[in-house]
Amino acid sequence: MEAYIFDAVRTVRGKGNKKGALAGMTPTHLTVTLLDELRQRHDLDTTQVEDLIMGCVTQIMDQGANIAKTAAQHSGYGDHLCGVTLNRFCGSGLEAINQAAAYVKAGFKDLVLAGGVESMSRVKMGADGGAMAMDPMVAMPGHFVPQGISADLIASKYGFTRDDCDAFAAESQQRAARAQEAGYFNKSRIPVRDINGFTVLDHDENIRPATTTEVLAGLDPSFAVMGQMGGFDAVAIDRYPEVATVEHIHHPGNSSAIVDGAALAMVGSKAAGERQGLKPRARIRSVAVYGTEPTIMLVGPAPASRIALEKAGMTKDDIDLYEVNEAFAVVPLRFMQDLGVPHDKVNVNGGAIAMGHPLGATGCMLFGTLLDELERRDLSTGLVTLCIGGGMGIATIIERV
Amino acid sequence: MEQPTIKNSILSYEVDADGIARITIHMTGQPTNLFSLDFVEAYVAAAGRALQDDRVKGVIVTSAHRDFMAGADLKFIGNPPEDRRGLFDGLLRMHREMRDIEKGGKPFVAAINGNALGGGYELALTCHHRIALRKEGLKVGLPETQLGLFPGGGGTQRLPYLIGIQNALMVILQGQTPRVEKAHSLGLVDALADNEEDLLASAKKWILEHPNPLQPWDNRKYRIPGGGVMTPGGAQTIMGAIGNLRKKTHGNYPGATMGLAAIHDGLQLPIDRGLEVEARYFIKAFYSPEAQNLIRTGFFAINEAKKGKAKPEGYDTYQVRKLGILGAGMMGAGIAYVSAKAGMDVVLKDISQEQAEKGKAYSHKLLQKKVSRGYMSESDRDAFLDRIHPTTSADDLRGCDLIIEAVFENPELKARVTREAEAMVDEDKVFASNTSTLPITILAQAAERPQQFIGIHFFSPVDKMPLVEIIVGEETDDRTIAAAVDYVTQIGKVPIVVNDSQGFFTSRVFGTYTGEGALLLSEGVPATMIENVARRVGMPVGPLAVTDEVSLTLALHVMDNMREMPEHTQRIYKLYKTLVQDGREGKKAGKGFYDYPEGAKKHLWSGLSDLFPSNPDALDADTVGKRLLHIMALESYRCLEEGVLRNTTDGDIGSLMGFGFPPYTGGVFSYIDYVGPASFVAECDDFAERFGSRFRVPDSLRNRAVSNQLFYPQKQVV
Repeated sequence: MEAYIFDAVRTVRGKGNKKGALAGMTPTHLTVTLLDELRQRHDLDTTQVEDLIMGCVTQIMDQGANIAKTAAQHSGYGDHLCGVTLNRFCGSGLEAINQAAAYVKAGFKDLVLAGGVESMSRVKMGADGGAMAMDPMVAMPGHFVPQGISADLIASKYGFTRDDCDAFAAESQQRAARAQEAGYFNKSRIPVRDINGFTVLDHDENIRPATTTEVLAGLDPSFAVMGQMGGFDAVAIDRYPEVATVEHIHHPGNSSAIVDGAALAMVGSKAAGERQGLKPRARIRSVAVYGTEPTIMLVGPAPASRIALEKAGMTKDDIDLYEVNEAFAVVPLRFMQDLGVPHDKVNVNGGAIAMGHPLGATGCMLFGTLLDELERRDLSTGLVTLCIGGGMGIATIIERV
Repeated sequence: MEQPTIKNSILSYEVDADGIARITIHMTGQPTNLFSLDFVEAYVAAAGRALQDDRVKGVIVTSAHRDFMAGADLKFIGNPPEDRRGLFDGLLRMHREMRDIEKGGKPFVAAINGNALGGGYELALTCHHRIALRKEGLKVGLPETQLGLFPGGGGTQRLPYLIGIQNALMVILQGQTPRVEKAHSLGLVDALADNEEDLLASAKKWILEHPNPLQPWDNRKYRIPGGGVMTPGGAQTIMGAIGNLRKKTHGNYPGATMGLAAIHDGLQLPIDRGLEVEARYFIKAFYSPEAQNLIRTGFFAINEAKKGKAKPEGYDTYQVRKLGILGAGMMGAGIAYVSAKAGMDVVLKDISQEQAEKGKAYSHKLLQKKVSRGYMSESDRDAFLDRIHPTTSADDLRGCDLIIEAVFENPELKARVTREAEAMVDEDKVFASNTSTLPITILAQAAERPQQFIGIHFFSPVDKMPLVEIIVGEETDDRTIAAAVDYVTQIGKVPIVVNDSQGFFTSRVFGTYTGEGALLLSEGVPATMIENVARRVGMPVGPLAVTDEVSLTLALHVMDNMREMPEHTQRIYKLYKTLVQDGREGKKAGKGFYDYPEGAKKHLWSGLSDLFPSNPDALDADTVGKRLLHIMALESYRCLEEGVLRNTTDGDIGSLMGFGFPPYTGGVFSYIDYVGPASFVAECDDFAERFGSRFRVPDSLRNRAVSNQLFYPQKQVV
């Protein structure tokens, strides 16, 4: 049995603070926006949708108590529609798709909606606490450091400079601006409207076409104080004693933007598609996750991708386009260095540095962006990968049909 | 009716006419009040009587000793009961009893009239109010983490309520014992009193004004200052505390981590459950090898050594009233300072009056610091300085009880000054050399009375380094050893006694550390990694940095004097030589392994990797760390086998205090126990195979490993 993708949509992304355009829109509203879109777009018989699998990282307050079922209930799809919320940190949105695909491939479910949501303006990152960082008996032996320290550690260990990261960041902004300008996102990017139908936001709020390396060079590093005052530089060096100093090179301009947004993909069997008159756009070739040492944390994409490639019987050169989450500029840089992939195949329409990283949704957003771009260029295969907190990596390979 | 008063060997209890009861702790048979299970029993009985007696309005808890209470009874801690579960149950029972007193409805006030440390301060925390006497040197706090433990008498659960999580963590994790004024400003004590009378009067007043007090942790409306654990501020504080604790301890001190965990886990609960959480972690920390190591060596062994345990039996105290020092350089000047500080008259002789005066000026400089900070009066400073007599005349040495020569490390010069000085003192007096490199037996040949010649090896800077290595020459007699030990204890330092041999004990063993650092570098391990791993395993300074301090030139000089150099020493020699040829002689030269930029932090020289190509994957960090510590432990064992060391305890003390061997290990011999004799030998065998014969294990140590014989056998713990 194959798992097919019939569609993948996302909301526009609003800045993830109290001034952000989407701050007044609840995560339930963002999710239901997409559920409505898919129903209307495909004239969906909602009784045939069996489950809603949503990734969400900070599952507390507005996002607590199973946001997936909350949205399912509010969507009008019917009481039969179940919902499950999962947390694989930044890989959640892709993990949701992978789980949906696994259900379909196993024959346990025929039609599933999978994606993710994160309203970072309404629910602060880290608001759910957690033992990994806070429980001394866990964090001490685990050499816990915040992600920004991990990003700076990668740069220090593998020799990436501030200039490297700033150049990458400026390129991300320019690629995203060009793609937005050319309308590449229009097919799957859904504006968010309020309860009256008034448009709240119809574009990605964070893209800054004017960004240059000169502008970025003026920004102060974000994690120097934390590294010093919190003792985390020393923690990183304790774990990586070959590193003399943790160079703090990441700043708001070369790290992913904090934003609000949701994304959803429709995953199902061929038969389920035929019953609904849906045309498969791609199939899932393989999926993988892989855990790495947690202090350096963000180097998982390359090893996870190697496993996915091996499972698909492919090599890196068989992949036409890559989407690597730009949590920090150094993550795709290290990915390209490690796997040996050229920049012109990676994040061709920009990434999270320009458009933002709504934690639980990003995996599904990258997935949709990749699918659209493969179609636009009439290419065949693509790989999506994200780095994940706690030292994980996730990868999915798709092939157009 | 019950007897209104109690008087036993632990405390007295009496009630005054106003209904104010007083519990006065006065443990007999020991120098101070110590927290113990016996104490708790007596205290609970007395407090219980107060609660039951309707006439009693409240209780003042105070002391008849110099200390309020100096801490827990370490005799008990150093000899832990086999029954862990029993100890845990006992701890919980104590908490229940103390809680009953807290909730008994009558005010208890701690009238802190002396040091309140550890368990003593935790006792004060169970009282409803703490008033301390404003007294010079009076300290209040929780030093337990210094012994590998953490406050296990409720301190982790109660203190954060009073001063907030952040401040409580600072006191607890750093083992702080602030002076009384600082303790007051931090909130460790609620009020200060100027004298004993005022102290008791204030306590009484507080009792009369607070008839039914509620502890903050029993008050539902009370909020922890700065917020609890699960608040944004609390979470930030805990996360930062974890990072900074690793920065400081590298994870080598599990007791501190568990103290932090007790706060994290316990403070989210009602106090009774929090105390239970604390007790679970405390038992674990209490039986940890790190805590036992720290208590055995860091506390007991050092304290006993300080009292002169190394002194041969049967000799009267050798009083040093007048001390002669030959050579007023850095060492001589330092010895003059510490000796004058102990009240001795010091004759400080050098070849020129100017040099001698310069040596005295060193003391002036140190004292001036105290005067300017208000710790010393000008008249005390002057009296101190009057005890130091700079001179060029050997005649002034007449009447000295002890001569210490501290001239240049030149045998002929030392022989000359020895003969000159020896002639001036009475025949029964002792002569010592402060040499750090020359054999005492050879130097003693210049002496008229070689049996009264001994080595007294101070470490630099003398005023700060507490260890003194006493070196026994071939002819040195026991009376002379006894005299040297007496002198060292009189100046308040810690003596160990070793037999004469190349490098004695400390220099010889420490040389293996610096040497191993160089060898690692020569094998392609990056310098950064060597230095970072050395600190990670607990050494205060990396081997390359410390070689810079010593100077590569000096190290080469020592090696030049060796009769033969083993293969690995030749490699070290070559490596040093390569750097020295480049002008990189060490810190003094402004460049060695490190660069020393003016006004900035030193950093490893960027050219090192060109001279010595390296690769981070050359060797894993754990092996790097083990090589650095194992080689020192192995060399120490050789010292023991060769009779350079007389016992393992001196080796443990000497390694901790002489060259900064990590305290959590308990010292070089405790370290072998800590690693496990079988593992230690197996790892050395592996290292001998891979890295060279210097890791070859002596047969006697191998035999110990086979039978798993420990240097410090411990009771089988359940």
